[in-house]
Amino acid sequence: MYKQLNHKAWFLVLPVVALVAFNAIIPLMTVVNFSVQETFGDNVFFWAGVLWFEQVLQSDRFHDALLRQILFTTIILLIEVPLGLIVALAMPRKGAWVSVCLVAMALPLLIPWNVVGAMWNIFALPEIGLMGKGLRSLGFDFNYTRQPLTAWFTVVLMDVWHWTSLVVLLCYAGLVSIPNDYYQAAKIDGASAWSVFRYIQLPKLKRVLTIAILLRFMDSFMIYTEVVVLTGGGPGNSTTFLSIDLVKMALGQFDLGPAAAMSLIYFLIILLLSWLFYTVMTRNEAK
Amino acid sequence: MAKITLDRLRHSYMPDPQRPEDWALKEMTQELEDGGAYALLGPSGCGKTTLLNLISGLLRPTQGRILFDESDATEMSPEQRNIAQVFQFPVIYDTMTVYDNLAFPLRNRGVAPAEVDRRVKEVAAMLDLGHMLKKRAAGLTADGKQKISLGRGLVRSDVNVIMFDEPLTVIDPHLKWVLRSKLKELHHRIRRTMIYVTHDQTEALTFADQVVVMNNGEVVQVGTPVDLFERPAHTFVGHFIGSPGMNVLPCTLDGGRVGFMGQPVETASPVQAAPGNGRLELGVRPEFIRFEGTGIPVEIVKAADVGRFRIVETRHGEHRIKLLVSEGQPMPSGPAHLRFDPKHTHVYRDGWLVN
Repeated sequence: MYKQLNHKAWFLVLPVVALVAFNAIIPLMTVVNFSVQETFGDNVFFWAGVLWFEQVLQSDRFHDALLRQILFTTIILLIEVPLGLIVALAMPRKGAWVSVCLVAMALPLLIPWNVVGAMWNIFALPEIGLMGKGLRSLGFDFNYTRQPLTAWFTVVLMDVWHWTSLVVLLCYAGLVSIPNDYYQAAKIDGASAWSVFRYIQLPKLKRVLTIAILLRFMDSFMIYTEVVVLTGGGPGNSTTFLSIDLVKMALGQFDLGPAAAMSLIYFLIILLLSWLFYTVMTRNEAK
Repeated sequence: MAKITLDRLRHSYMPDPQRPEDWALKEMTQELEDGGAYALLGPSGCGKTTLLNLISGLLRPTQGRILFDESDATEMSPEQRNIAQVFQFPVIYDTMTVYDNLAFPLRNRGVAPAEVDRRVKEVAAMLDLGHMLKKRAAGLTADGKQKISLGRGLVRSDVNVIMFDEPLTVIDPHLKWVLRSKLKELHHRIRRTMIYVTHDQTEALTFADQVVVMNNGEVVQVGTPVDLFERPAHTFVGHFIGSPGMNVLPCTLDGGRVGFMGQPVETASPVQAAPGNGRLELGVRPEFIRFEGTGIPVEIVKAADVGRFRIVETRHGEHRIKLLVSEGQPMPSGPAHLRFDPKHTHVYRDGWLVN
């Protein structure tokens, strides 16, 4: 028996191709179009070449936003991944508490992003917010609307509150799928709790952890809504991350050319870093 | 190395067992000799894995005691009991090499590195893993992984008992045979107590010196493979062991004479007209029935040729009787008569052998 080649099958994927073309490729191409041209309105365009790319890559403003972005993503990954893993390990595996814990964990994920921003905005207000007023009455000089450091603290805390659950749920799913035999064998082999974690749980969680880190990396690198609602990118520019900067440039100043160039650079950075993460984390499996 | 004594052991997974069917393992007392090769054989859900986990210490019995030699091990952890177990699905430590996997139980017990090295190499040679010690364990095939699981039990020189929980389930058929003979050979070499749980009669009968047949949470018979074949203590054993299983037919007892549908039948031992009632049955294996000129009249229903012999199904009234006819032997056509070999014909009352 030979496999029949049937090129008619390509027609079956046509609807998907059309859909992707309309919602991804065509918009992306307009961005590419803007990024290499200059306009003064009236739909009149002039060729600008790589001018906007050079401008964006050389601007301090972009460098600062990128640096803030990398710092923010690094901090939240360093907190959320270990914390999520610890919480998942501590969660019960059976009994009535399982559903209670799962629902509690899923709740932050169900809240719309702008609501999360608004909640934390009010929660952390120095004069009336529960956390803001509480910290101040404990003697801390806390005012996230004025101090860059406390603003960062609040933004990081909000992100940890909002997204650690995702890591927890992924890790928990991974942990539950480890057959009981492994734990029994480890018991018989005289393994310590640390060995069980190091040689059974961690290796078995590798795949879900890869996914968790990738998802958290991409999402945090594109964070916008929650921070805009919470701090508006301030005080000053201290919490202006890449996406916030991009929106300011494109819609605030209407610098379409530089903004288009920046979005493409932004997109390529995310693509490159995601690929790097993925390759490094799955490298050992290929061996 | 130890003799294992199970003393009035029983177990239930329910907090408050009342009815007999609440018990996953019904009360049993059994001695397992030091250095013996035992098989726990029975259908799925008969309690054999429960019994295994009770012996290994992964479960605590609801009642009764477990003794290793003369010391009470009931409350001991698996580690304290010094046992090894090979599970149904191979358990290996993915990130470690084969060498590290085998060394793991020794390193956890703080054995000196030189001794670890010696033991690991010795065991690897025994299991034909010597050439792949440096490989990552995750890359091995299922039978290689199962050998590692077994190796982790063998490296410890002081193991009391090695237990196998259906270890060949995920192994390819043509490798099952290889691994099975390897196990048998290992047992001869190291003479450690081994307990092998399976629902496959071939595995149990080839591996074990003593087979413990279980059904519905209770031990039905303990004996050598020959005992189980020639003198099944219960009709269940007759059915479960053998292919095809034993014929079980209703019979009558009249003043010490056994009859089947009005025909007299000779049996292995004279049956006393014991007092008490109960369902009486006749058990005879297909291997011990012949066609003969006179005897029980039957009709032949069908014959299946399985190579060296044929399995012939016959009918007497509503009762089906199977027998084996060797290759080359003639088969009667039309109505025929059967004769049971008296030495291998047994009478059962309520399922149990009448002696």
